[in-house]
Amino acid sequence: MKLTGAQVLVECLREQGVDTIFGYPGGAVLSIYDALYDADDIRHILTAHEQGATHAADGYARATGKVGVVIVTSGPGATNTVTGIATAYMDSVPIVVFTGQVANSLIGKDSFQEVDITGITNPITKHNYIVKDAEQLPHIIRQAFSIARSGRPGPVLVDIPKDIQTTIIDYTPKKIETKESNSSNQLEQVDFDNIKKAIDAINDSQRPVIYAGGGVNIAGANDKLVEFAEKIKAPVSCSLMGMGAFPGDHPYYMGMVGMHGTRYSNYAFSNCDLIIAMGARFSDRVVSNVEKFAPKAKIIHVDIDPAELGKNVMTHIQVCGDVGQILDIFNRHVQEKQESSWNKQIEEWKKAYPLKYKCNGNLSPQYIIEKLYELTEGQAILTTEVGQNQMWAAQFYKFSQPRTFISSGGLGTMGYGLGASIGAALGRPDKKVINVAGDGSFRMNSTELATVSRYQIPIIQLVLNNSSLGMVRQWQDLFYNKRYSHSQLGQGVDFIKLAEAYGIKAFKLDHNDQVESVLSQALELKEPVLIECVIHPDDKVYPIVPPGAGIDELID
Amino acid sequence: MKHLLAVLVENHPGVLSKVSGLFSRRGFNIHSLAVCVTEDPSISRITIVVEGDEYVVEQVTKQLNKLIDVIKVSKISQDSVTRELALIKVRADSQTRHEIIEIINIFRAQIVDVAKDHLIVEITGDSEKITALVDMLRDYDIKEMVRTGAIALDRGSKMIRYEDIDRGGYQNGCNVL
Repeated sequence: MKLTGAQVLVECLREQGVDTIFGYPGGAVLSIYDALYDADDIRHILTAHEQGATHAADGYARATGKVGVVIVTSGPGATNTVTGIATAYMDSVPIVVFTGQVANSLIGKDSFQEVDITGITNPITKHNYIVKDAEQLPHIIRQAFSIARSGRPGPVLVDIPKDIQTTIIDYTPKKIETKESNSSNQLEQVDFDNIKKAIDAINDSQRPVIYAGGGVNIAGANDKLVEFAEKIKAPVSCSLMGMGAFPGDHPYYMGMVGMHGTRYSNYAFSNCDLIIAMGARFSDRVVSNVEKFAPKAKIIHVDIDPAELGKNVMTHIQVCGDVGQILDIFNRHVQEKQESSWNKQIEEWKKAYPLKYKCNGNLSPQYIIEKLYELTEGQAILTTEVGQNQMWAAQFYKFSQPRTFISSGGLGTMGYGLGASIGAALGRPDKKVINVAGDGSFRMNSTELATVSRYQIPIIQLVLNNSSLGMVRQWQDLFYNKRYSHSQLGQGVDFIKLAEAYGIKAFKLDHNDQVESVLSQALELKEPVLIECVIHPDDKVYPIVPPGAGIDELID
Repeated sequence: MKHLLAVLVENHPGVLSKVSGLFSRRGFNIHSLAVCVTEDPSISRITIVVEGDEYVVEQVTKQLNKLIDVIKVSKISQDSVTRELALIKVRADSQTRHEIIEIINIFRAQIVDVAKDHLIVEITGDSEKITALVDMLRDYDIKEMVRTGAIALDRGSKMIRYEDIDRGGYQNGCNVL
């Protein structure tokens, strides 16, 4: 079949089963958009900004497990995706970003809207391509999707010069197996010696702890993890990316571990004799001071990315492989344990140090999240911005399913949540999606309200407004002698009017008494809603591990 | 401690920047780097001398292996045949020329250009040998110098094989990336 490069791109998207793309047209992708004009089976979401498109594709990918797709033009269109790509890279999210490029004959001449986007994105993509030979286009697109979704997923960028889009090439359709076949293919690569050592260590352990990361969610190994924890009677803590990997209401669940982890999680890590890390990477937000981390513990580290093993923390037993597959082996071969004094100790810590909060104003952010959990019965998808809003959402909503907590963990991208909520809601129309935001991060990309409004996406924007950059202010309060340098935003934005300007219904909350009725009302609505929640700037995220301290040296 | 790595990569434009960029962004120190096409024109071989402990070498190797264009990363043993090449332009007038030639002969280096008061010396050898000659010639006023990175081959029948690595088709899930 003879087709133009642009038509081949659309055909290749169909091959991959792509039904939704996020994008923004421009000079260098006119041919691609012309081909898309006839593609009624591919829903194109026009965002307000290319960064929003990239976050939306990322949210779509995290919520569905499918590859998110972005199409943008060259130059500024391409550079606007950079923060979104870096966000996806840090959190191992499969997206493919197609950027237009000036024609091959104009490359290197500082042509209009020319930028070396493959050079720029080298450090933040799993791989990237610039298409120099039109015949290679279908092969490159297929590889791009394959690389994005396989192994440890991540973003891939394909830069397509304008002349490639119009070159006529011979296209042969190909059937693509989009379901990832990691588990069957990688069996031969699994290191059975180390698995054996791991099983022995688990059997010998008196005080084990399971540390679950985002890898469990990506592998869809949640049920296997529950089976494993129940078999060896081990308490489970999650990293931020691991939220939802283990049911939030399970008796063995200890919440988050690390900087804003629960006291009992952090105590358990500091006193256990074995940490079983599943698909987690010992980020500095979890470990804090490496010297003081888990001094009594042997560490088993299971991850699909060999480069993570031994990177951040010296681990004793390293197993490279798919978390689900390794859990299967563990579940078959480890000995069943009985509950012991260790489980009792954890229960005592849980009773002695529950997550608590004090309300400085009339409306408490933690209370809002607790109510949200009750009213949605834990079934909603929460996206977050970054900062206090993110931590409160992680601490007080009990996530019980994978892919229901969508947050920029690694890069900590303020302005991520709104775009991500658009993608999540489009990918999972069966779920209620709520974006938990702070006023600071919401202001960064609130232009995407235009997208929410245009497509009438029924998302709730829960803007926790403390008129400041809450987490920055909290650090200045605790560690910089209350010198609030440039962290106070004031009352500059009327969020109700802002929502109304976009034709979005808005509510204002300023007292705990109103929370239940307003939230229930908003949850009933099948249209976009914004709820501004006026909270006190002194409300803090506790507990917190101060910089340089061990994770058991929390303050609250 | 210095370690030698031989990295076989696809001979595409842009691959070298992917490899060298990885070093700077991960904070690894490259001591030297040499690259050229191999006996197979589709493959280039990059020889990297990296400075660091075992942790660094392990991390470098693992991170390099994650690059799609990298075919194979091998550690070259310390007793391998290792060579660098240097061209040294040194001031040599009628009074000093004889002394310089004597030194050059001791090192089995060669004179590749002679002018009225300058010589260009070419030397091949391992890093220490070249450094030693440079140190000797410093007394005679080195005007300009250029030196390559190290290249190396393991001794005997030991060699880096890549024939069994599937390069053409990237297979879903087979590469743990």
